[in-house]
Amino acid sequence: MSGYEEVILDHWRHPRNKGRLPEATGSAVEANPLCGDVVRMEVKVQDGWVAAVRFSGEGCAISQAAASLLTEIVQGKPAAEAAGMKDEELLAALGGVVRTRLTCALLPLRALRKALGPKEAER
Amino acid sequence: MDPRIRDDFPILSRTVNGRSLVYLDSAATSQKPSAVIEAESRLYRESYANVRRGVYTLAAEATDLYEGARAKVAALIGAKADEVVFTHGTTEALNLAAWALGETRVGPGDEILVTEMEHHANLIPWQEAARRRGASLRAVTVAPSGELDLGDFRKKLSPRTKVVALVHVSNVLGTVNPVRQVADAAHAVDAVVVVDAAQSVPHMPVGMGELGADLVAFSGHKMLGPTGIGVLWGRREVLRELPPLITGGEMIREVWLDRAMWDDPPARFEGGTPPIAQAAALGAAVDYLQTLGMDEVRMHGHELTTRALDGLAARPYVQVYGPRDPVARGALVAFNLKGIHPHDVATLLDGEGIAIRAGNHCAQPLHRRLGAPATCRASFYVYNTADEVQAFLAALDRVWKALG
Repeated sequence: MSGYEEVILDHWRHPRNKGRLPEATGSAVEANPLCGDVVRMEVKVQDGWVAAVRFSGEGCAISQAAASLLTEIVQGKPAAEAAGMKDEELLAALGGVVRTRLTCALLPLRALRKALGPKEAER
Repeated sequence: MDPRIRDDFPILSRTVNGRSLVYLDSAATSQKPSAVIEAESRLYRESYANVRRGVYTLAAEATDLYEGARAKVAALIGAKADEVVFTHGTTEALNLAAWALGETRVGPGDEILVTEMEHHANLIPWQEAARRRGASLRAVTVAPSGELDLGDFRKKLSPRTKVVALVHVSNVLGTVNPVRQVADAAHAVDAVVVVDAAQSVPHMPVGMGELGADLVAFSGHKMLGPTGIGVLWGRREVLRELPPLITGGEMIREVWLDRAMWDDPPARFEGGTPPIAQAAALGAAVDYLQTLGMDEVRMHGHELTTRALDGLAARPYVQVYGPRDPVARGALVAFNLKGIHPHDVATLLDGEGIAIRAGNHCAQPLHRRLGAPATCRASFYVYNTADEVQAFLAALDRVWKALG
């Protein structure tokens, strides 16, 4: 079995920054009702930086691993840079995702962009 | 089933991700034998013209093929040719049924009765009909066994019920519903019975007389035929009272600037240029199935489904949905691997060339009832083999090892 990339398996089995963020300054939920994937991204932006970020939700290994990996990538970055992150950057960090599953992989990034809406990026 | 029939299906010789294709998604759409592919292209190469109106030779030949396909479909389901309406698929057939019955049979305060196990194609047209007509839509519950709750059906059926619409074989649970029993009860309150037979007609002998319904819909592409053509069978006297959904050319007898007189069924429901080449190819698909014999088709599906059910039941990490008894099922099994999302299962199987479905299979209310946002589904047809079922089961063990 060719299987998933080790980075996906690792983040799926051992999710980082999973849980709620009570002090969040921005939050957004993205869902795919067709398969039941749900990802909530919560961010705390301080002086224009992503001071804290957590995800919660449920769904397939790819969506959950992508959410976990994304929190590691954007933690401590300028909020504007995190909000401007390209699809390709996340896909590359995941080690590549089969084209039939791009929606799953990008769900957390869509949620993050919403959570870091224009108001958040300026904070 | 003679495994040599696999040679009739060109696509089965291709590889996917470096492995032989194991196609286990025939419930979504079936693969096509050469006879079907060639029938469609032969019509375009040799006999193509518009049907019914032309007086020249080509038009007559195309019309013969088009009407000949109707006769073949009618013979397959034990019906008369003029009771077979060609549509563009099951969804259009059910939309036609819901729209026309909404016009003629359903009014404010009336009820339309469906079931919780309907495909969206046999649910949303009725939601719309009920909304348009000020009627209400009710749904028969599905028992934990995956069977229709007939007690609930009898409770919800009343003189206010004008239409009972149900699936013959569930595309998720595989349940074969007791259509005859439901139809007899529905007819006792003068309700019209509409059946979604998309998963039954391709897989088992289905006679319109024995089924007992009034309108029955199915698709060409799930029974070895092409996309773009489907069937609405209707009892003659029921079809005659229904207005058309699609109006325009080919479906009228006489036209004035301010009004028109409908043609008789089936032409009344076939406005516009119909799927001519698709009909010719559907005719070839019906010939192919008749040569195999529908009893044999049913037996083969039953055999593979039994193997799959036994194999899945023997794996403690698998949850199976629907009736445990393969006799009470169509040729498909929905299941989940505990704690693993169906899309992950399907993606890993695809890596081995095994194509299964994962998702809600256009049955969201049913999945809500099952308490699962999505399921995996393996479905079987004439070209699948016991070895493929084994390969599928063995691959599941590897998915479980990788992700479980």
